[in-house]
Amino acid sequence: MVVIVDYGVGNLFSLVSSFSAIGQEAIASGDAEVIRKADKIILPGVGAFEDASKKLFESGLKEVLIEQVKLGKPLLGICLGMQMLFEKSYEYGEHKGLGLIKGEIRPIKEVIPADLKIPHIGWNALKFNKNRAKSELFKNINDGDFVYFVHSYYATNCDESVIATAEYGADLTASVQSGKVFGCQFHPEKSGKVGLEILRAFCQMEIK
Amino acid sequence: MITKRIIPCLDVKNGRVVKGVNFSGLSDVSSPIELGKYYSDNGADELVFYDITASAEGRELFTDILKEVAKTIFIPLTVGGGINTVDDFDRVLHCGADKVSVNSGAIKNPNLIYEAAKKYGDQCVVLSVDAKRVDNKFKVFAKGGRENTGIDLIEWVKRGVNNGAGEIVLNSIDTDGVKGGFDLEMLSKVCEVVSVPVIASGGAGKIQDFITLFNTLPKVDAGLAASIFHFGQVKISDLKEQLYKNNIPVRL
Repeated sequence: MVVIVDYGVGNLFSLVSSFSAIGQEAIASGDAEVIRKADKIILPGVGAFEDASKKLFESGLKEVLIEQVKLGKPLLGICLGMQMLFEKSYEYGEHKGLGLIKGEIRPIKEVIPADLKIPHIGWNALKFNKNRAKSELFKNINDGDFVYFVHSYYATNCDESVIATAEYGADLTASVQSGKVFGCQFHPEKSGKVGLEILRAFCQMEIK
Repeated sequence: MITKRIIPCLDVKNGRVVKGVNFSGLSDVSSPIELGKYYSDNGADELVFYDITASAEGRELFTDILKEVAKTIFIPLTVGGGINTVDDFDRVLHCGADKVSVNSGAIKNPNLIYEAAKKYGDQCVVLSVDAKRVDNKFKVFAKGGRENTGIDLIEWVKRGVNNGAGEIVLNSIDTDGVKGGFDLEMLSKVCEVVSVPVIASGGAGKIQDFITLFNTLPKVDAGLAASIFHFGQVKISDLKEQLYKNNIPVRL
């Protein structure tokens, strides 16, 4: 069973539905015991980093997530949920994340030409990191497949964990992996068949 | 590189797609769920569902259908029609919409865009505008294009973006239904003044109209149409193939 961590941010309807579509049982819950019992954990997130991380920390689930990752349970952060896996974010100030992946979140506008629009919104192609083996998260998809992005901040100083980028005036971090901790800056639940295949691969991962 | 988006728009009344649809292979051509799935499987990059119901029962039916759509289709969904308050945003977002399109609601309540953007983020708020030439000036029209508000189009979109609209859908009443191509002049004026994505609507009649749109106005991000897709005059897969051959980035 997959648990989608519900800490009061955004609506999880599409995410829950996308798991049903691939025949995978998934529930949204903020209950520590449910999270402990699940095989896989999804950390979603929309909105601003400060507000979301505050809600996650206040929910008391931070420790549960860290404990479960230490036990080897696969965790996938999506969009802002991915950004919260990092050490810190510079979205309106400086805020701490979960620190599960080395690196930080900075404004896209610092690295792309001024004439490009922000947010980076729409379908963009994944470019796999050629310097490392293909991630098991992408076992069912190909380099160049399109996924759907909506974001104004990106993960940087995280070279060792980047498994895919997307070109938007610069190579923006699209997906990361550190051990069994994964992150997608894009929305697999809104990326058509390609996105569902990414979720399927995540569900098929073995638990240590 | 981000691709240009092709977006079919489905008008829904009392739970059914209106404006008629002419497809073979669909068992129920006016089912929003079946038609939405058809488009999603055949290359649409996003779907817009427009609720043109007036009654409360119809509205409830619409949100039920929206939920069903969001359970079957995993591409971005934008919902419009009858969005007048932040509660209306809430209602459709909880049924699986990703973006909410406001039109007349923003004219009636100038704070709506700001309040919704503050609560859900700019990326969630789409300002849809119906505009028409009046004495050589572009004016904003309300009530489905029947009433001239007297508001200047350029001022209106600038204000909308300043208040937090994350995307503009520009529907030209002058070219809508004529099928002679998009309103490049009007679109160009809007692209000059806003920094958010602009979606062109109104006037597409054939594939070449989309090629001309994206080649002439590289700042336009997406093309939206209804009947030419519904009646099969333009197949989205053919359209995207032709865009690709013309070096316009698309998701194939």
